[in-house]
Amino acid sequence: MKRISIKQEACIGCGLCQVYCTVEHSKSKDPIKAYLKEQPRPVSRVRVETNKPNSISIRCQQCKDKPCVTACLAGAMTLDKETGLVTHDPDKCIGCWTCIMVCPYGAVKPDSTGKIIAKCDLCPNLEVPACVANCPNEALVCEEVEQ
Amino acid sequence: MTKYVIIGGSAGGIGAVEAIREVDPLGTLTVISEETVPQYSRPMISEYVSRKATLDTMKYRGDQFWTKHNVQALTGRTATKIDFTKKQVELDGGTKVDYEKLLIATGGKPFVPRMEGGDKSGVFTFTELSSAEKIEATLEQSKSAVVIGGGLIGVSASEALVKRGITVTLVELKDSILSLILDKTASDMAEKVLTEAGVTVITGQTVQRILGRKDNEATVGGVVMTDGTEIPCDLVVVAIGVIPRTDIVKETELKINRGIVVDRSMRTSIPDVYACGDVAEAHDFLTNGNRLLPLWPLAHLGGRVAGYNMAGKKAEYEGGTVMSSLKYFELPVIAVGDVNPEDVSDYEVLVELKPEKPVYRKVLLKDNRIVGFIFLGEIEKAGILFRLLKNHVDVSTIKDSLLSEEFGIITLPEQLRQEMFVVN
Repeated sequence: MKRISIKQEACIGCGLCQVYCTVEHSKSKDPIKAYLKEQPRPVSRVRVETNKPNSISIRCQQCKDKPCVTACLAGAMTLDKETGLVTHDPDKCIGCWTCIMVCPYGAVKPDSTGKIIAKCDLCPNLEVPACVANCPNEALVCEEVEQ
Repeated sequence: MTKYVIIGGSAGGIGAVEAIREVDPLGTLTVISEETVPQYSRPMISEYVSRKATLDTMKYRGDQFWTKHNVQALTGRTATKIDFTKKQVELDGGTKVDYEKLLIATGGKPFVPRMEGGDKSGVFTFTELSSAEKIEATLEQSKSAVVIGGGLIGVSASEALVKRGITVTLVELKDSILSLILDKTASDMAEKVLTEAGVTVITGQTVQRILGRKDNEATVGGVVMTDGTEIPCDLVVVAIGVIPRTDIVKETELKINRGIVVDRSMRTSIPDVYACGDVAEAHDFLTNGNRLLPLWPLAHLGGRVAGYNMAGKKAEYEGGTVMSSLKYFELPVIAVGDVNPEDVSDYEVLVELKPEKPVYRKVLLKDNRIVGFIFLGEIEKAGILFRLLKNHVDVSTIKDSLLSEEFGIITLPEQLRQEMFVVN
């Protein structure tokens, strides 16, 4: 199973992971359009937290017990048996926010429409997730971990 | 080959089926379910009535769920009796099914108090698809509804009906709606969005009796409130609460308090018999005792734990507590634990209130542990608090940050943060 690990000591709090995440999850894949024009506005599934002098880049950590999958009212959050990843089906999601209540990382949030949630999907169309590929200080590592 | 029998095919039963099949692909697995429709999400029946969801999008699991999990599904059947000595479940019609491991996941049933006129056509409950379908079928001819009970189900029903153009009056006996989940401030904010959406909310009163129509006494025409006021309506939804469906095990040696008492393996007092969900009285991680918590996610989790243990894989139920995530008319609220203590003097209370947004966040602490919180308006980091509450984490060093803008994983004590990023 793939997972993005976070090296806290290497995070410089630049926020580029949020930018690249937003753009990758936009329709246009163009930063200007993604940030200024696109509707619904794409959102970052990564959150950079800062508490000076420290910072950290948070996203879904693929918890072993998968509380969001168990809690989902609609059956929209599932464990993909092939990839081992917690996968969100936007067509089934009703935005009840139960997954938000139980996510220990606060890594699930309402998207910009407020109708469904958004969470890290490890960029299925990219070889290396956008945040990892573009972290200037290599604070993010995409690795294979045991399920 | 182990013979597993599960009574109930909803959140708990489905969780148990999935867990059993993870461990034991071969045992014979029978599910007895009164409902004949495919596995659907009960909390979504309000979406069904408001037409946000269809029977198809309400499916909690994919097509052919029973078949894919090699389940003998006895749908449309009712379990009527359990013989714990012979290890047999009797069904309507007299069929008997033997079990080696049994899960009772019969759920809850709506509590309907005896009320004059309660037998009239047009009086409904609101906990399963069949009741939602019956309501749906009357809406073409209905203009107005009275919903009795301002809890989760009553408010959901009110929202669904008002979205269908029905004039809705919501009646709550207590002084505020959602009083088991929210404090007064949050309840008032929730009431405001309901009122703005057109729902008339009446608190401190209930319905005394249900009236018939002038031209048809057997059909609902209105209600009389405790103060004598008459409210005309075409339908009444009774949403006072749910009670455990323990009928099948009444008068047996099985230990029942308010629900079937289970330990943290979801075992009942009788060997090889498990229970979960709305019928069970299971672990509450806040009070460290057992209690009824009729909530869908907990039913599913309890079912999974029961399933693992039935199949021989040790699992412990982490428990639940009063925990709700709401979105009535787009207002997001997450409320967990003890948010409304009678005597607040033993508690430390942190509050942030911005009514103009609206944002309201409140955290209650006791002995430096979080025992309850409400996040209204801004909910993204609620789960971080939920974990601190669930694990009884000493937050004395980070108290000041809990409602700050910086609050997050970054403001947690170093050791805790390290634990969270160790491969789990």
